[in-house]
Amino acid sequence: MRIKMTVASLLAATMLAGAGTAQAETLRLLTWGSYAPEELIQKFEEENPGIEVEVTFSNNEEMIAKLRATGGAGYDLAQPSHDRIYAAQLEYDIYKPLDLSKINTDAMQAKLLDGVKANTTINGEVYAVPHQWGTSGLMADKTKAPDFKGWDDLCDPQYKGKTSMRLKRTILLGTAFAMGEDPFAAYSDLEKYQQILDRVADKLIECKDNIKAYWNSGDDLSAMMLSGEIVASETWDSTAYKLYDQNQNIVFIPPETGALAWIDTFAIPAKGKADDAAYKWINFVLRPENVTIMSASTGAIASIKGAKDLLPEDKKAAVNAAFTDADIDNLKFFANIPPGVEDMEGRTLEKIKAATGG
Amino acid sequence: MLRFPGGGLMLQKDFKRLAMILLFAPFALWIVLLVVLPHIGMIRLSLREKVAPRVYEFGFANYLDFVNEPIYWNTLLRTGSMSLLVTALALLIGFPIAYYIAKLASNRTRGALFLICLIPLWVSDLIRAFGWILLLRETGVVSSFLQWSGIVDQPVEFLYNDVTVIVGLVYTVMLFMIVPLVSTLDGMDNSMIEAGYNLGGNGFTVLRRIIIPYAMPGIVSGCIVVFMLTAGSYLTPILLGGKNSSWFTEQIYNQFITRFNWEAGAAFGILLLLFTSTVIWLGLKLSGQTLANTVAKS
Repeated sequence: MRIKMTVASLLAATMLAGAGTAQAETLRLLTWGSYAPEELIQKFEEENPGIEVEVTFSNNEEMIAKLRATGGAGYDLAQPSHDRIYAAQLEYDIYKPLDLSKINTDAMQAKLLDGVKANTTINGEVYAVPHQWGTSGLMADKTKAPDFKGWDDLCDPQYKGKTSMRLKRTILLGTAFAMGEDPFAAYSDLEKYQQILDRVADKLIECKDNIKAYWNSGDDLSAMMLSGEIVASETWDSTAYKLYDQNQNIVFIPPETGALAWIDTFAIPAKGKADDAAYKWINFVLRPENVTIMSASTGAIASIKGAKDLLPEDKKAAVNAAFTDADIDNLKFFANIPPGVEDMEGRTLEKIKAATGG
Repeated sequence: MLRFPGGGLMLQKDFKRLAMILLFAPFALWIVLLVVLPHIGMIRLSLREKVAPRVYEFGFANYLDFVNEPIYWNTLLRTGSMSLLVTALALLIGFPIAYYIAKLASNRTRGALFLICLIPLWVSDLIRAFGWILLLRETGVVSSFLQWSGIVDQPVEFLYNDVTVIVGLVYTVMLFMIVPLVSTLDGMDNSMIEAGYNLGGNGFTVLRRIIIPYAMPGIVSGCIVVFMLTAGSYLTPILLGGKNSSWFTEQIYNQFITRFNWEAGAAFGILLLLFTSTVIWLGLKLSGQTLANTVAKS
């Protein structure tokens, strides 16, 4: 009798547990470091009992590599930048079209929404909507490098051994703009783009002598900048804002040829299993009260109307110290990368890294 | 009761065979699933050429690319030669330590010494590299100390050069040199050394004629492990290396991740494997050892 009871209760327990797992849904988020603050995850899970958020931090290249490896499985929502979706989708088929009726697109800034849509529409289907935007540019310690204003100042001999950059495509594009070229326009003519890249490579190889080291992550960049080992660097604006918080002399400087603007988006992987939860998360993080929490963590500006006013005070001060309205008008949005360009740029970067000029 | 003659024996034999299969299965599965299959996949991938988006053809273009681009094979040669240097340094530093632990230390201190060698391995590669960064950066511990003590009057940058990479790598792999050396030297009878001295040999002759030949299997297996680990390491060269220091594993990462060129990345992986295998084969030939009496033994 006793045994029967135990068996019955065990059975009941397993059934309950089974029911529990059937109900609980996991939202597997593939995103950038700091794009999923703990505070927001808790709030979201409270609001949507039964959905559990699981976060993997990554970057543009690794997001594509991860999704490519599984054919778009393993994650339910990804956040690549707007220029990294079109070619990846064409080539590897890793995302599924979005159902825009499930997203509160009315709240988004029309310019950003239309820009992202234009960049990520394939066969009439839209694959991404904007989340936040920010820029890549320069930062400098005002007291030690007061005249810093353009990409090529990184190679100015008066700062020899005191500047840094990340050896990735941003610096290639920035240097091309500083040389008076428009790399984005050259995307349509890859032969011309290769010529530009060759000249950029020569310039950056010559510049190697001036660079202390190439930074790899926001952390080593911050350490070099705060310790005074370098006085200026190529940077993400959000990293510069964080440093401004600790040392008001370190400011973000939009280069005179225009800061390069990126928009991080929401895209749903082809074999994602929690689309509804993904749409809920998209709408949730774009609600004004949540935008402030998100921006405090990321330092980026949300894609919704009036987002600049929703920035936390310290970030607002940093943005105002960095950007004038003219700078904002001068932003250069990253253009869609056509297939093949990544390979050309990769080759150029290798050439620069391997050169022993400096 | 009548027993079927031989039945018990049969059963026992079957049972033994089953036990053997069961014991062997995890190892076989490990080799096949985690070593053989992935490599077959890599070889297949490396023999694909991309013609257009989502269209691939069979061909050797990725290998030709490697041959035609000096940057790639230069990096591979650089990685190889620096790894050899690290191996030699690890042997030079590791041998006296191993000899001390195996022959000179008392039983009690031996355990403690071994533990001291082992402790750094409890921390991950990444943390150890960051440790070096904290010590060696321009505003780091060493530079500040030198300034404080008046030896230099300006901050010194020790980071971001090849010497730092080599120091970091030697530190990382030291244990893999010491362990096989200790275990080989441990088996050596002290009377052999005594006999060497009795026959009129001095310290150097004894080392050259008796100790080193005896320790050869340990030396070779330590060198093989250290060389493989160094040539395949990624974090230490990336974090400690400067703007000019490339490592071949970094090229593989770049092909896979930055350039989305899995085909070339796979080809590079295979080439690295072939290269290190060739170096080791050469090393074995030159030292007159075989894999069976070195790595398999210690």
